[in-house]
Amino acid sequence: MSGLPDPRIPAGPIADAWQRTKEGLPLISPLRKGQIDVLVVGTGLAGASAAATLAQQGYRVTVLSFHDSPRRAHSVAAQGGINAARSVAVDGDSVSRLFTDTLKGGDFRARESGCQRLAEISSGIIDQCVAQGVPFAREYGGSLATRSFGGALVSRTFYARGQTGQQLLYGAYQALMRQVELGRVRLLTRRDVLELITVDGVARGVVARHLLSGALEIHTARTVLLCTGGYSNVYFLSTNALKSNASAIWRAHRKGALFANPCFTQIHPTCIPSGDAFQSKLTLMSESLRNDGRIWLPLETGDQRSAEDIPEQERDYFLERLYPSYGNMAPRDVASRRARELCNAGRGVGPGGLSVFLDLTDAIKTEGREAIAARYGNLMKMYERISGDDPYRKPMRIYPAPHYTMGGLWVDYQLMSSIPGLFVLGEANYSEHGANRLGASALMQGLADGYFIAPSTVTAWLAGNAAPDVTPDHSACREALESTLRRIETMLGSGGTTPVDSFHRELGAVMIDSCGISRDAEGLRDGLSQVEALEKRFHGEVRVPGEAAGPNAELEKALRVSDFFGLAQLMLRDALAREESCGAHFREEHQSPEGEARRDDVNFAHIAAWEHQDGAEPIRHSETLQFTALQPSTRSYR
Amino acid sequence: MKITLRIWRQPAADQPGRYERHGLADVSPDVSLLEALDQLNEQLISAGERPVSFEHDCREGICGSCGFLVNGQAHGPRIATSVCQLYLREFEDGAELTLEPWRAKAFPAIQDLMVDRSALDRLIAAGGYCSTGTGQAPDGNALPVGRDQATSAFSTATCIGCGACVASCRNASASLFVAAKLAHLGQLPQGQPERASRAKAMQDQMVTEGFGSCSSHLECEAACPQEISADWISWMHRERRG
Ligand SMILES: Cc1cc2nc3c(=O)[nH]c(=O)nc-3n(C[C@H](O)[C@H](O)[C@H](O)COP(=O)(O)OP(=O)(O)OC[C@H]3O[C@@H](n4cnc5c(N)ncnc54)[C@H](O)[C@@H]3O)c2cc1C
Ligand code: SF4
Ligand code: FES
Repeated sequence: MSGLPDPRIPAGPIADAWQRTKEGLPLISPLRKGQIDVLVVGTGLAGASAAATLAQQGYRVTVLSFHDSPRRAHSVAAQGGINAARSVAVDGDSVSRLFTDTLKGGDFRARESGCQRLAEISSGIIDQCVAQGVPFAREYGGSLATRSFGGALVSRTFYARGQTGQQLLYGAYQALMRQVELGRVRLLTRRDVLELITVDGVARGVVARHLLSGALEIHTARTVLLCTGGYSNVYFLSTNALKSNASAIWRAHRKGALFANPCFTQIHPTCIPSGDAFQSKLTLMSESLRNDGRIWLPLETGDQRSAEDIPEQERDYFLERLYPSYGNMAPRDVASRRARELCNAGRGVGPGGLSVFLDLTDAIKTEGREAIAARYGNLMKMYERISGDDPYRKPMRIYPAPHYTMGGLWVDYQLMSSIPGLFVLGEANYSEHGANRLGASALMQGLADGYFIAPSTVTAWLAGNAAPDVTPDHSACREALESTLRRIETMLGSGGTTPVDSFHRELGAVMIDSCGISRDAEGLRDGLSQVEALEKRFHGEVRVPGEAAGPNAELEKALRVSDFFGLAQLMLRDALAREESCGAHFREEHQSPEGEARRDDVNFAHIAAWEHQDGAEPIRHSETLQFTALQPSTRSYR
Repeated sequence: MKITLRIWRQPAADQPGRYERHGLADVSPDVSLLEALDQLNEQLISAGERPVSFEHDCREGICGSCGFLVNGQAHGPRIATSVCQLYLREFEDGAELTLEPWRAKAFPAIQDLMVDRSALDRLIAAGGYCSTGTGQAPDGNALPVGRDQATSAFSTATCIGCGACVASCRNASASLFVAAKLAHLGQLPQGQPERASRAKAMQDQMVTEGFGSCSSHLECEAACPQEISADWISWMHRERRG
């Protein structure tokens, strides 16, 4: 593999470009589809929707997931909602507005054709989910209800209380289980995908470890779809589930798939902060709380009084002060950055001075406890269970936490990576969110990819690329299996004494510090050398108990963390090379005198796509972004 | 604070199990029980012993992975709380907690606190869906659903598939799980065409999988982290008749 493949962006006006493309894609007769094997890795919104749809079209689909059930994929945790442009809304939302918001929200670092397609497809996603029985919130008259979300001026977010991701996932999961019952999907749970198999440069299968027996398995197919989610767990503490990982995409990257904009990671401003050294994750408190909550810190550095004792005039409602028009609803990256700056300056509250107040007192006073409970009851309970404090009586304490990764494997307009036959869907790919994702747009993208885009483009690839079946005794399969086996043996044989988590925690601390909310060249270089050193220490000092056979959670973790080391270094390199501030990527060196991000459209209006080199530094390719429908403008929330 | 964990250790389904006692001498009351297990596991690993196996992932009460008995109660003493959301501050300093896996014929043992709950997926596969294909959906607003009706369907659709209802039932019945799915789809217009056949198929599958039947002890409702009402079980029985 060398260079950047053609991104296959359709020519001509972007409106309806997807329609034109789709109509031109080759088809396969339903009869022939029954002889074609398709492999789908992951059962989140992207994977479950793609697998169910491809099976319904007639392919023989095999689905792999490390979870014990498809229903556990981390999509289940999404709270707030899913965006869709439906012209029925009274505020006149339209495809073109959603397109504009997505492209602008991503700070002009995404392909306009992709953003346009997403906006066009969005409405059909809601219909699809309704037909499956997803219990969206409704108005009294029976029509679908919506609410508004940060970064948008219209109400276009569809929701199911605070459990939208769960309900959408169950819809897709149930559709998938129906195909399992019909015999069209072979569902293989508790399988950890550890390697990609390529034959003559084309993706033809994966190596997976059976998490109960420990056996390594080879699964081959005519095409492979990776739908394995995001990599925020590089930071150890994040809003992702503990087992969310980058292994499948990282291994594919090492086999030649380009990795796009790895440094674009989103830090969510409203999470329950870290308390104890043994805290294992950070829990998100939905952004919707900022509609009624006021964010503040004591004016005085080191003020130890409890919130109730701090009089109004000694409080600093810093977002309202700095951003009079958006106030507490300032976008995620801006709100996160300001909170961090003030905490770093010693103004933070709580253990270690690492949190800010999110205060609902005023809202409770004006609207009453009942009204607030009706709106946020489940969040209030969750906060109380975790922190032990009653958020109706004391302001909540929140702090930013890694949440979503815009970066991912580079894909062309048809969602194919730079490895032919390898498709990447959902959070695992780099697509329409540019340098910053809008709230409620990830669910939309995952389902657009799975229900609507991949089923057409995967078929087109299969129609044009007939190839004989690959059997597990093919030399490429055996080599992939053997190299995986060697990795496992090395891991188990390392004679150290330190548990995996301890290294992961250290990696997280370096990454959040050097490549988190804000970055600078010196910190990034320093981070790079620290991660390199840590990786070396890991391989010498880690202890992975147990054997290759049977369940071995520590081995699972060790394999994941060893992949995170490589990815962390790529993130640091990418952040270092991108000499501008855009979206969630804030470089200290590139800011205005008021401290706002300074984008560089002359030199960086492109997607960086990294090519792995064995034993040498990776190569940075770039895909230039063209803007025809909307010209780049400066993001301003002052 | 100090706690003692009395944990069921069983290397594999076909090997005998026994309780093992481990003390954590100095642990923060602000960590969750699973984080205390993480801490114990780091100690065990450093000492060259096999760490305790337990299921978990999201650690925020939504994925349904976690689940074991704490002092005989599924997910522990706190109502409407899955075990990953259980914090040590709920317990007294010096407390001893007995941790044991779900025990049910339909949930074969795997290791320590882990069991196989794939029977729940097979219950869904038997009919817990609306038979609709991709790309054929009508306008979502063409099927009006009243606000209260949507809210009620939602309240049953929130089941996270953890299996606590089964584990807390003396008959190891999956009635609450099945009733929740039947009620979710049965209350919505989309679920009507297959309503009767779904009720039959899922309940038949429950028998096939070896789950017991309901004799109204209502422990399931008490254990359910999503507070799904056992009234839906009576509703399900009426569905079968009707
Ligand atoms: C707490 C939280 C709240 C959110 N809220 C919202 C919201 O309100 N609106 C919104 O639009 N977005 C939200 N997001 C983002 C959104 O939920 C995710 O981006 C999206 O659900 C990801 O879906 P996915 O299908 O790509 O991946 P996932 O749902 O993460 O699924 C990944 C799948 O891949 C499998 N897998 C991974 N690695 C392997 C491997 N090596 N081998 C085998 N299987 C593997 C897993 O088992 C799983 O099935 C939220 C995210 C979080 C964390
Ligand atoms: S009904 Fe309740 S207890 Fe039973 S599986 Fe569902 S969430 Fe768990
Ligand atoms: S770990 Fe997900 S519900 Fe407990």
